[in-house]
Amino acid sequence: MSPSPSPTAATAATPLLAVRGLSKSFAGFPALDGVDVTLRHGEIHALLGENGAGKSTFIKAITGVVTRDAGTVTLDGAPVAPRSADEALKAGIATVYQEVNLLPNLTVAQNLFLGRQPTRFGLVREVEMRRRSIALLRDFDLDIDVGAPLGDYSVAVQHLVAIARAVDMSARILILDEPTASLDAHEVEILFRVMRNLAGKGLGILFVTHFLDQVYAITDRITVLRNGRLVGERETAALPRMELIRMMLGRELSEAASEHPAKAATEAAPDAGGAIRFEGFGKAGYVAPFDLALASGQVVGLAGLLGSGRTETARLLFGVESADHGRLTIDGEAVRLASPRDAIRHGFGYCPEERKTEGIVAELTVRENIVLALQARRGALHPLSRREQDAIAQRFITMLDIRPPDPERPIGLLSGGNQQKALLARWLATEPRLLILDEPTRGIDVGAHAEIIRLIRQLCTEGLALVVISSELEEIVSYADRVIVMRDRRQTAVLEGEAVNVTAILQAIAADTPPLAA
Amino acid sequence: MRFRLPRKGLPQIAAFVVVLLINFAVSPQFFDIRLQDGRLFGSFIDVFNRGAPVALLSLGMVLVVATRGIDLSVGAVMAIAGAIAATLADTHALPVVLLAALGAGLLCGLWNGILVAVLGIQPIIATLILMVAGRGIAQLITEGRIVTFTSPELARFGGGAILGLPVPVVLTASVLAVAVIAIRGTALGLLIEATGANARASALAGIETRTTTIAVYVWSGFCAALAGIVAAADILGADANNAGLWLELDAILAVVIAGSSLLGGRFSLALAVLGALTIQAMNTGILLAGFRPEFNLVVKAVVVLLVLLAQSPRLSGVAVLLARRPA
Amino acid sequence: MRRPTSMTMLLAATMLAGGLNAVNAAELTVGFSQIGSESGWRAAETSVSKSEAKKRNITLKIADAQQKQENQIKAIRSFVAQGVDAIFLAPVVSTGWDSVLKEAKEAKIPVILLDRDIDPAGKDLYLTAVTSDSVHEGEVAGKWLAKTVGTKPCNVVELQGTVGASVATNRKKGFDTAIASTSNIKVVRSQTGDFTRAKGKEVMESFIKAEGGGKSICAVYAHNDDMMVGAIQAMKEAGLKPGKDVLTVSIDAVPDIFKAIAAGEANATVELTPDMAGPAFDALTAYKAKGTVPPKWIQTESKLYTSADDPQKVYDSKKNLGY
Repeated sequence: MSPSPSPTAATAATPLLAVRGLSKSFAGFPALDGVDVTLRHGEIHALLGENGAGKSTFIKAITGVVTRDAGTVTLDGAPVAPRSADEALKAGIATVYQEVNLLPNLTVAQNLFLGRQPTRFGLVREVEMRRRSIALLRDFDLDIDVGAPLGDYSVAVQHLVAIARAVDMSARILILDEPTASLDAHEVEILFRVMRNLAGKGLGILFVTHFLDQVYAITDRITVLRNGRLVGERETAALPRMELIRMMLGRELSEAASEHPAKAATEAAPDAGGAIRFEGFGKAGYVAPFDLALASGQVVGLAGLLGSGRTETARLLFGVESADHGRLTIDGEAVRLASPRDAIRHGFGYCPEERKTEGIVAELTVRENIVLALQARRGALHPLSRREQDAIAQRFITMLDIRPPDPERPIGLLSGGNQQKALLARWLATEPRLLILDEPTRGIDVGAHAEIIRLIRQLCTEGLALVVISSELEEIVSYADRVIVMRDRRQTAVLEGEAVNVTAILQAIAADTPPLAA
Repeated sequence: MRFRLPRKGLPQIAAFVVVLLINFAVSPQFFDIRLQDGRLFGSFIDVFNRGAPVALLSLGMVLVVATRGIDLSVGAVMAIAGAIAATLADTHALPVVLLAALGAGLLCGLWNGILVAVLGIQPIIATLILMVAGRGIAQLITEGRIVTFTSPELARFGGGAILGLPVPVVLTASVLAVAVIAIRGTALGLLIEATGANARASALAGIETRTTTIAVYVWSGFCAALAGIVAAADILGADANNAGLWLELDAILAVVIAGSSLLGGRFSLALAVLGALTIQAMNTGILLAGFRPEFNLVVKAVVVLLVLLAQSPRLSGVAVLLARRPA
Repeated sequence: MRRPTSMTMLLAATMLAGGLNAVNAAELTVGFSQIGSESGWRAAETSVSKSEAKKRNITLKIADAQQKQENQIKAIRSFVAQGVDAIFLAPVVSTGWDSVLKEAKEAKIPVILLDRDIDPAGKDLYLTAVTSDSVHEGEVAGKWLAKTVGTKPCNVVELQGTVGASVATNRKKGFDTAIASTSNIKVVRSQTGDFTRAKGKEVMESFIKAEGGGKSICAVYAHNDDMMVGAIQAMKEAGLKPGKDVLTVSIDAVPDIFKAIAAGEANATVELTPDMAGPAFDALTAYKAKGTVPPKWIQTESKLYTSADDPQKVYDSKKNLGY
């Protein structure tokens, strides 16, 4: 039933899976750039990185869901090049995604044997299938009715069934993509026990997660990716948490430090009168209450790992989600924030992280995208004339150097960096006093990246208040007056003045996390 | 860039002209026009006059489709408005009759809009409810019979003429003009297109996407009611069983011929009307041609297919490739 | 089938023996499973059935099936359970009646079909069917036209019913048969007007244009009056004088066509009588009282109406029937 580790290959010299120089670009933008990953027999190996680091592309490229541009994949020394997830499975590489892709309306047994049902004379042997299902799940400590629809069971059980199916199909490598995101602590424990059990039988497990506690609780080794590149491969036991976070978020300290002085000139005295103050602002189950005061010309950075509540905070600040705690005062006056329209009325702007789905309107032109927020604020009955629209579009295309400089081009045809600039232009056209930027430099090529940083710095010298979310710590350090560090959807530290440096942020992110009992 | 719009509408205009020319080929008197009782008279005029109800429907439908919606109830709303107008016509003053019929259309639209924008029901399902129930409501109003009226004021909406032009044609042209001014003259058009192309991004940019969505359904209800009044005035009666039957499909087709994507976004009011007129030109041509009626639907389907193929960007790409090939 | 079975003879004999003095006093109860109220004619049929029942002192229970066979089957079962004296059925479709009609037969409740027939296989499951003959209706219309135009050449345009509807096919067939022998009458254009006023008007408009402004059209034949009402409007708007320049003949005899005949804008209509229940009641009482087994098919009269038949009076008598 379960695959026995090949005795000849079980040597340290031949790794179970060796990926060398894996590269993949989408529309000219590299998502993976020469990545090496080595998975040994019987090990649990964490694949870590922030959003956009290339983890998903990596999994897709080795399982044949996307074709790779360059690089080799060898399994027990033999090159493999699956052209689909199905072929990958036949080769012994099984993937279980966060969203289990089994069929919830079929029974557990049917799901386990889907496409490979035991048959006799062309008929499915239901009894035999059930018997084998029960035996199979016993290895996973699962004592459930295999005749019940899979959808009747919890996500945890569904995950275990998916893993059992993969293992039973003689998988040698199991890739688990964020399997614990929707599980509770007890279910995670069961999953870990199964993982250890499987690893003990010689399977290699590639474990993708953003819960660092779990990484330290279960993995043997860690590979970190950042911006499509390999940052490093380490033994888990020999890698301090702080160092791991630095691998995920930071560049070399010296590099970041060199950028720091550029900010000194922008330091402005907090203007108490013209301040935007969020006090005890929060929403139950979403973001814990926090205080945030912003004066014009100030940049506040929001730092933290993926899932720490940064984006959620931004959405509260912009009224996308309504706060149920605390209050907002602008220039001393209490203000209600029930919708983005309220926020916009008070001079807020928001560039969301999901640029394509929540930012640009791809079909409309650059001009229309730029004037959109201003027009929405003025109302349908006070249209900007075409001349005014042209003038606004032209002004920002020149100011932000949007390329190609054609205001009538559908914005969907522009590169990511130019789309981001057009979105900035959309908000700058409303002459905002507070701009909230969520990962403004993600997925943008290097040139545009630098320009956007330059813009952020320039904007605050012109008196805007900015809240910037970024996983690029050295970037935050280079422009932020203050950095708020978040973990588990609450603010855990506020760093100001001299304390705003990469080391301090990393320490704050890594600070006193209780290790998960192993 | 200055000639963007005409270039965009070129396939539609070409399709319309080709259908007219085919009509001329099968019926040489197609373009003959004379004055009859102070009203222009001829097959060419019929295309505009008979096409008016669907053109009105498509003026409503095109905005709904632009918001990524669909309104299946327009045919039933026509029946309701026609039933109300015909029932009241001989006992109430014209303004009351119009107000009641149009008001019913607005209410129907509001109902659809609330189902879609507030309750979040899929447009095709939400409007299906009124598509089915609406005809029943109309039948209740007429008690299942054809309610006839004699009011000459209401009759003018079907058979009257202004400066020789049939009233339905003048009415459609006026609604088109008003709509263009109200929608393209203000920022409504942009806000509707943005809402349809990306509702989440639009809401984050401060557009009242919910109000916008409700508004387009209300507008569609209004247009359908107007079409219902024209249809009732045309036959001097309200036929709840048949008024507007399946016309929602013609209206959707007109919008598709106009080049709108059913996934929302860009739209053109004028091209939607042109689409409706193209469909009617086909119908008129088929009637003039003298085919056996069994062929009506087949001929229509083939012509529609050709019109849509002519617009397909992929096909024109293939045509260009073929043309480039050395003979 | 003309010969009564021994069973019915026996039944008839009992009735004859015990029931003579009870014929009028016998308060018959009849259950009527009506299709629905999809058209004005259907509504008129229902209201005429009620008045005919009242005339004969018969209790009529009407069940509206809303166009659904399963509702009709339910209604019949409930009539059987109530033990009615007879069941009238206007079948929405022609098949699928065997088992429920057998139940009625076992309960010895005679069934009479109104307006539509069912599949021939079920012939022994009902007493009789009262229907009109739509081929005959077309013939009556055609004969009237042939008689009216005499030997003059006459170009006819035809407004057909919905393509594929049996009524449309039959009315066309009957008309064609009637004018087959008269070489002077020719159907020059024929299109479907879907049985509706709006389409009838639209199709007539294009006929007029295609036929040189309508000058060459001698007569219009429409498969129903509604289309003719639309066609009359089209002719008037084109400056033609329907009823004078252009002869009209259509079928159904709905009230509005009598208004047009009275105004001299239409010439003739052939009645599809809404009184299907009257003949059925007559057959039923004769059967119950004297055991007279009616023929399997009672054909209703297809009466021709013209301006000679006091159209205004007919209009007044028909206008409140629910058309």
